[in-house]
Amino acid sequence: MLTMIGKRLMFAIPSLIGVVIVTFLLTRALPGDPAAYFAGPAATKEAVEQIRKKLGFDKPLIEQFFRYANDLAHGDFGTSLTTGQPVATEIRNRLPASAELTLLGLIVSIAIAIPLGVLAATRPGSWIDHLCRVTTTAGVSLPVFFTGLVLVYVFYFQLGWSPAPLGRLDVFYSAPPTITGFYLIDTLIARDFEAFRSALSQLILPATTLAIFSLAPIARMTRASMLAVLASEFVRTARASGLSPATVIVTYAFRNAMLPVITTLSMVFSFLLGANVLVEKVFAWPGIGSYAVEALISSDFAPVQGFVLTMAVMYVLLNLVIDILYGVIDPRVRLEG
Amino acid sequence: MTAQPLLDVQDLTVEFTTRRGIVKAVQHVNISVAKGETLAIVGESGSGKSVTSYAVMRILDRAGRIAEGSVMFSGIDVKAASEDQMRDLRGREVSMIFQNPRAALNPIRKVGDQIEDVLRTHVQQAQVADHGEKAIEALEQVKIARPRERYHAYPFELSGGMCQRVVIALALACNPQLLIADEPTTGLDVTTQKAVMDLIVELTRRRAMSTILITHDLGLAAAYCDRVVVMEKGRVVETAKAADIFANPQHPYTKKLMRATPRLGVSLRDLLPEEEGASQSATVMAGLDPAIRHPSQDSSQSMDPRVKPGGDENSKPLLLIDKLVKEYPRQGATAVLGKLFGRKPPVEPEVFRAVDGISFSIGHGESVGLVGESGCGKSTTSMMVMRLLDQTSGRIQFDGEEIGSIMPSAFARLPLRSRIQMVFQDPTDSLNPRFTAARAVVDPIMQLGDIRGRDALRARCEELATMVGLPHNLLDRFPHQLSGGQKARVGIARAIALHPKLVILDEPTAALDVSVQAVVLNLLQDLKTSLGMSYLFVSHDLNVVRLLCDRVIVMRTGRIVEEGTSEKVLSDPQNDYTKELLTAIPHPPLPVH
Repeated sequence: MLTMIGKRLMFAIPSLIGVVIVTFLLTRALPGDPAAYFAGPAATKEAVEQIRKKLGFDKPLIEQFFRYANDLAHGDFGTSLTTGQPVATEIRNRLPASAELTLLGLIVSIAIAIPLGVLAATRPGSWIDHLCRVTTTAGVSLPVFFTGLVLVYVFYFQLGWSPAPLGRLDVFYSAPPTITGFYLIDTLIARDFEAFRSALSQLILPATTLAIFSLAPIARMTRASMLAVLASEFVRTARASGLSPATVIVTYAFRNAMLPVITTLSMVFSFLLGANVLVEKVFAWPGIGSYAVEALISSDFAPVQGFVLTMAVMYVLLNLVIDILYGVIDPRVRLEG
Repeated sequence: MTAQPLLDVQDLTVEFTTRRGIVKAVQHVNISVAKGETLAIVGESGSGKSVTSYAVMRILDRAGRIAEGSVMFSGIDVKAASEDQMRDLRGREVSMIFQNPRAALNPIRKVGDQIEDVLRTHVQQAQVADHGEKAIEALEQVKIARPRERYHAYPFELSGGMCQRVVIALALACNPQLLIADEPTTGLDVTTQKAVMDLIVELTRRRAMSTILITHDLGLAAAYCDRVVVMEKGRVVETAKAADIFANPQHPYTKKLMRATPRLGVSLRDLLPEEEGASQSATVMAGLDPAIRHPSQDSSQSMDPRVKPGGDENSKPLLLIDKLVKEYPRQGATAVLGKLFGRKPPVEPEVFRAVDGISFSIGHGESVGLVGESGCGKSTTSMMVMRLLDQTSGRIQFDGEEIGSIMPSAFARLPLRSRIQMVFQDPTDSLNPRFTAARAVVDPIMQLGDIRGRDALRARCEELATMVGLPHNLLDRFPHQLSGGQKARVGIARAIALHPKLVILDEPTAALDVSVQAVVLNLLQDLKTSLGMSYLFVSHDLNVVRLLCDRVIVMRTGRIVEEGTSEKVLSDPQNDYTKELLTAIPHPPLPVH
């Protein structure tokens, strides 16, 4: 098992190197001159040139790259020009916010989508099957910024049930001491239940927004793969042996049907993590998505490169976790190292 | 049958609701099984034999329902019983063995756990450890070696025969009174088939159980059953004692089925119904106006296949295979596991020899059968001849040219390629579902042939269709709109489209019903005679090989164990393995003409 994990991580190294090179080149190829941007509109040519020299942009591309790679090797992601903060610190602060939001959204989505898909598959043509179809169609066809805004409008503006969509905590509370970076967990560890409630109430709306969006692929996949498995011969054997419907559906059908669903989950998760910029914007969430977009707009190279690299690493780790999960469920893949 | 039968099916009609309305899969069927009796239900695909058994277990899928009639199982009305009652019956009183044992087991659950699931459902014993022991006992009874280890095996780690034993253990775990075996040995090798059938019979006799054996194989039914029910198109056409039905079949369908079953002492023509035998041959001949034959097909080669082609000694063989070897790196589970746990793998040869230095030849116009059980290397050999696989060493000479050194990827573009063609095992899977029959037939011509233009292609296609006896109006249909026999004809037409000299037939009739098989075999024989082709016929069925082939090569674990003329190998086998293969074939006690 450990050798398998080690091997997989080794295989990821070339792709990570590729990501480093491509992001470096892409950011350089983007239109916009960071030196001019920071010098301001009134700056003289000399001032811009001076800034460029200071930032090292006057050096040949290859030298810039090696400096960048060398810094990376020492754990230095560079410094953001807009905020003046080291990129590594900012990502470390912002990544948990995005991860907490995405994870909670995904958990909510799984909790609804998988039972819905299973029920729809076991009762095709019933009202629950139609409900599944309607929910999933609605889920994909409503853009996240729209569902986000509607939720804010209804639950904050009209009903007043949820707090103002302004970040991770209500202004009256201070952030808990950072242990995991997840406010829900950190507040519990600090036994600050008031802050926990506040963090949760801030999370509910954006997490629901994400859940509605990610519901569709998971529910559809669950339904389709359950239907296929239920029609298979070993389920017929199980039925012919008189096993109870619960055993047939859970032990025989569901575990087999989970395999493609897990693959879908990993895709949905990595997609959400990087692509929930809109949700972060609507809810003023201090996540990495909004950080990266802001940096991109101001031609701030270091954060963009840092963001892409972080996402690549996350993706590698996520895939590893999925592969391990696969091995746990399906004995057939265990042998392939 | 004086006492009340264990199972009594009266006037059973099963309906399926489909998009085209209601289809009656089974109509007014009467079947009864006495205690301790073994009954065979025999019929071809679509005869409703499986549906009948599903109705008895009440495991028809959603669209199907028992429309009329009654099913009584030891005093219980199956039609009226509640779902809970039925669930209690299934597995405990009536159990079932399915075709394709590998698919019948949950792929991601240990086989022992699967047996335990059944025990846990039906045996009211609280102790869990007890169930584990009982599951091991069940595995022991189906003669699985080292049952304690096998308990923890997953289905993919077991062979097909072993999986079927597990399925039997599963079915018999709770000592049911009735066992329904639905084609339990289809897809298994003959020797495995014999072992599995002997086991079923032994276990059910010992427990005084009743058995229903559902099969398409008359020989199997005759060898293992007391009574036989013959079904055709959802109706029972004949019911009689096994000995009687073979000695004196009453219904024309039964007679037709018996005629079509390949067996000792008959020729290909004997398989066809009397009135069709002549017309079939005539159709093929009609399509073969000598004028349209390809010039390369010299008429001197089209000789009677019964005449030994080896007669002209000085002529070179069409295909010459010399010391052919194919090795695969051994990637056994044990080696990988050993690596994972840092243990040294057991000392094993580094490579696995799928084909171990075989040599044989095929003459012009000769057909050679390559026989053996799964894993013997017969398919690997045919793949190497087709240049779909590269051999490890050895030479392959085709028509005087060395083709063994041609890379598989390069071979597809050579003009030589058109002279070797192949007919595949599964007529459905080997046709592109998006191509019409006509498109499939002309595909090789478009790739390698010299006929250009719509009309010319269509003409050639119709000509080929006539040759294989495929009505022209079927040419524009898609594979799913054709029957199994029609699809087989399309596959054959495609293979002969480029005037090949050698056609490799890879179990071309394995997926077909016996009556269709009889027709297709005759077609192949006629085509060979008239087009002067050679066949390499790969099969596990000695009886079929004997009918079509001049010579037979018996393979085992990559080597040739016996070689000779068909008649000699089958009537007087020298090698022990060949003898074993021959005795494993169940022979129906048929009147030999």
